[in-house]
Amino acid sequence: MNDRLDHRGRATVDGNAVTPQTLDLPKLGAPVLRVDALAKVTGRARYIAEHSAPDMVYGVVVSGTVTRGRILHIDSTAALAVPGVLAVMTHENRPTMRAMRIFHKDMDAPGGKPFRPLYDDRIYYSGQPLALVIAETFEQARYAARLVHVSYDTEPHETCLMAKLADAHAPKGFKAGFSPPPKDRGDADAAFEAAAFKIDAEYHAGVEHHNPMEMHATVTLIGEDGHLTVYDKTQSSENSALLIRHALGLSTSEVTVRNPFIGGAFGSGLRPQYQTLMCVMGAQLIKRSLQVMLTRQQMFSFGHRPETWQRVKLAADADGSLRSLVHEAIAETSRIEDYVEVTVNWSGQLYACENVRFDYKLVDLDQYTPLDMRAPGAAHGVHAIEVAMDELSYALGMDPLALRLKNYAERDANSDKPFSSKELRACYSQGAARFGWDKRQPQPRSMHDGHEQVGWGMATGTWDAMQAYANVRAVLHADGSLVLSSATTDIGTGTYTAMSLIGAAALGIPLESVSFVLGDSTLPTAPIEGGSWTVASVGSAVDAVCEKLKKSLLKLAQAMDESPFADAELDDVVFLGGQLAYRDKAGDDHSVGMGELMQAAGQEQIEEKHLLLPKLLKQRKYTRATHSAVFVEVKVDEELGTVRVTRVVSAVAAGRIISAKTARSQIVGSVVWGIGQALHEATHADHALGRFMNHNLSEYHLPVNADIQAIDVIFVDEDDRVVSRLGAKGVGEIGIVGVAAAVCNAIFHATGKRVRSLPMTLDKVMAATPPN
Amino acid sequence: MRPFDYTAVASVDDALREAGESPECRFIAGGTNLLDLMKEDVMRPVKLVDISRLPLDRIEPTPGGGLLLGALARNADTAYHPLVQQRYPLLAQALLAGASPQLRNMASNGGNLLQRTRCFYFYDVAVPCNKREPGSGCPARGGLNRIHAVLGASEHCIATHPSDFCVALAALDARVHVRGSGGARTIAFADFHRLPGDRPELDNTLAPGELITGIELPEEGFAAHAVYLKLRDRQSYAFALVSVAAALDVDDDGRLRDIRVALGGVAHKPWRKRAAEQGCVGQRASTGVFAELADALMAEAIGQGDNDFKIPLARRAIVRALEKAAGLPADKRAAPESFS
Repeated sequence: MNDRLDHRGRATVDGNAVTPQTLDLPKLGAPVLRVDALAKVTGRARYIAEHSAPDMVYGVVVSGTVTRGRILHIDSTAALAVPGVLAVMTHENRPTMRAMRIFHKDMDAPGGKPFRPLYDDRIYYSGQPLALVIAETFEQARYAARLVHVSYDTEPHETCLMAKLADAHAPKGFKAGFSPPPKDRGDADAAFEAAAFKIDAEYHAGVEHHNPMEMHATVTLIGEDGHLTVYDKTQSSENSALLIRHALGLSTSEVTVRNPFIGGAFGSGLRPQYQTLMCVMGAQLIKRSLQVMLTRQQMFSFGHRPETWQRVKLAADADGSLRSLVHEAIAETSRIEDYVEVTVNWSGQLYACENVRFDYKLVDLDQYTPLDMRAPGAAHGVHAIEVAMDELSYALGMDPLALRLKNYAERDANSDKPFSSKELRACYSQGAARFGWDKRQPQPRSMHDGHEQVGWGMATGTWDAMQAYANVRAVLHADGSLVLSSATTDIGTGTYTAMSLIGAAALGIPLESVSFVLGDSTLPTAPIEGGSWTVASVGSAVDAVCEKLKKSLLKLAQAMDESPFADAELDDVVFLGGQLAYRDKAGDDHSVGMGELMQAAGQEQIEEKHLLLPKLLKQRKYTRATHSAVFVEVKVDEELGTVRVTRVVSAVAAGRIISAKTARSQIVGSVVWGIGQALHEATHADHALGRFMNHNLSEYHLPVNADIQAIDVIFVDEDDRVVSRLGAKGVGEIGIVGVAAAVCNAIFHATGKRVRSLPMTLDKVMAATPPN
Repeated sequence: MRPFDYTAVASVDDALREAGESPECRFIAGGTNLLDLMKEDVMRPVKLVDISRLPLDRIEPTPGGGLLLGALARNADTAYHPLVQQRYPLLAQALLAGASPQLRNMASNGGNLLQRTRCFYFYDVAVPCNKREPGSGCPARGGLNRIHAVLGASEHCIATHPSDFCVALAALDARVHVRGSGGARTIAFADFHRLPGDRPELDNTLAPGELITGIELPEEGFAAHAVYLKLRDRQSYAFALVSVAAALDVDDDGRLRDIRVALGGVAHKPWRKRAAEQGCVGQRASTGVFAELADALMAEAIGQGDNDFKIPLARRAIVRALEKAAGLPADKRAAPESFS
């Protein structure tokens, strides 16, 4: 990394220090441009609903308007009379769908009974899809969808979490990535009673919907042989293919799912949404290719980040040593599935405390099942513990950062394991230095700027560093081009770029020589794109398959007559600029071109595959996590309740950073969302109607440019070969964790007012209890 | 979206003839609100008369010393017009506080007056709404009413008018020029929008088929002492929870010669209380006088629950806007006790 890098991440000539051979060669960690940037900005990158076929027609979903009950009758007469309308598909005339719920479980399904679209007359939530109107044009279908009349037998519903807290129950079933709260340690309640300094506070966060820019859509193309090619808005083509096959009783050879470009997902595509099966069934019904795209309003009719209530009790000695930590959470789920998140566990992992008690429960409501959204669980749970730690710091009269350092967890007490790596101290120190934390006046309300109070707050972030299986195929051509492929997904995070960079760096070839193919269920298997594990999983497989290519190339070199490479080990050979270079024991340099070797061997290409399997025995000995420290400056007009986030420093330890520019973009985007979580975002339900009401982007507020000012990202040096052979962890989630807490803590520092409910809108900031 | 007829017209006479007096026929100019409402099935016109090519896009001085804003002048062109910027900065500030650059480039001045409410229930055809379906009920009462009215509401409707432009026009005592089959007339701005009463489906006092041709600003623009303060859920591109158009004129002794306060986000129309304004005339501009005016303006305010915060917020915003307009120092410690 000592070479200067230009904007493409290529080494530049610096005197004679860089040989001409290294000119265009990117290195891991380089800030390269996205390899798909040109395709995206010129419109050549086709998103789901941009795929079509000459015979394709359009489907529009009819959404239900009652919250619980049964469909008595669906009158399609008026809709069918509209010119161009081909069919109105309902539970009564849909193609055959398997009944058993096991066939409707996708790879990310939580415990319970998955929702089956158009299965029967049962209504589970307001906005449920009840019919699909199919017409020659989108406009005809949309008009006719308004004319479908549904009559209902309604039943009483319940959608309010806060009214049902007393009915909370322990989660049933299991979900990938979920671990139940750790067991109690010590006696948290007795220690709380006995301690001198303590806080006990409740926190609340409302519902959020994902709202990626691209609406969910599915396009089913029927081939001449009847094969179904399904373009689906999903974070895993394999997951959608599995659900389609299982639910509709199709074989692997009958369905291919593709998702080459996804316009954002944030977790909304971890499970195939209802339009997937509706589109395939609709195409089967009318025997024509079909597109179904949801409206923005319908983007509020499936999974969401669950409304969550939390209580945190903390107690400490006068020196700040934590004596007791209690973290309880109650979140909503649907009546059919127990969606679960790791919400409270983080507290016991972040801080060293001998007396801890955790509790996590669910309330069943007449809602659609919640769904993972960026940093699921941590976005809520770390918010609560990090605000609570801030509250405790004021109770103690201690600097908030000093309190965290005092209780720094050297080991994960939840699992009694060491961390595979944990550069959180460096995050704290580098973040604090960049922010200027040492200039902070400790007293709340001590800094002003005209009408505004200025506040500085900080918080810790953490997320899992996970790795999964992944299979990658590599084909190296004699012309020096490398084609890598895997059924992973790029949801806008930069998968194409990072994987291409790993391949280019491994083989020492220009980035332009590498193409990465993804988004197709027939490609070598990969895990769902999510959880911040794609670089550690698929990226490691890319690195490993390239090592296989290098071994094959070396074998070819060694097979040459009187080969100077005969005694070379792989580690002795440098792959650079399309050459294998080797300095023998006598000190003589030898090199041979990769293409030259392949031609000599009569091979047009070399193909390798690698199935990467996590080294579970080694990994199991450690807690593997990413960490961050977030520092925030706010300006608050207390009279008017307005809050501006004027400065954020996010210092992140996420292992080795592979693609610096896209990694930074992940953190910046996450910080923006954290500001949205803190100040803006909430979906509001009318509980009498049992329905979300602000289901549009005019009244569901995301941060806009005017809300975002300076965001400074620091990647702290970290290299973790337990998590992955690349040393990388992952950056998708970590950037959002802790941001809302840091904003809340900064508001307190500015005003002396503690706002314990998200989002912290101006009415809440105005109404918060003023300081004594 | 339902099928509809469409015709583009070249003259005001043609527009009036094509529209007739059918409530099912609508004029369309920028379409920034009407098209959304049609897609949502909230508005269901059977015919659109496209008036965007009518020669009503001029902004020019009037013989009386005021300024006539053409009904079809774009919001962006109006906000950046030199005469508006120089003489009516309140109006420019209000326009630029609204929507987004893209919307302001499309939206017409006349259309801005005819924006429909952003009430959640009005926008969702799956639920009752007296404004959309008279007699169906008002779930906002007792429901989600954080964005709703605290002044002038009725048992039938608690919606607010969403425009920023109109709040400034109300403060400036603008007049609306309209033409209908019966000829031309002008409507005082205070009489243009109406309170919901028992006819919440009616937003304004236009007769069926009447067309807005222009908006006339009087000579006095309060250029030296005018502030538009908008409070909302994010820094841009959100409708007002509370907005204040504040304008005043002071004599050499610092005594108020004239004072205007119009409120947005709190009622079915821009809210003014002339008697309270008159009571301030002759007094020296001060925080105390402004606080009394704020109390008088909000005296009849009634919260619905979620929106109770609007009452103290509006009081504080009125005082803040007037302090800024008067150039009083921004020292909060000088604020009276009622602010804390």
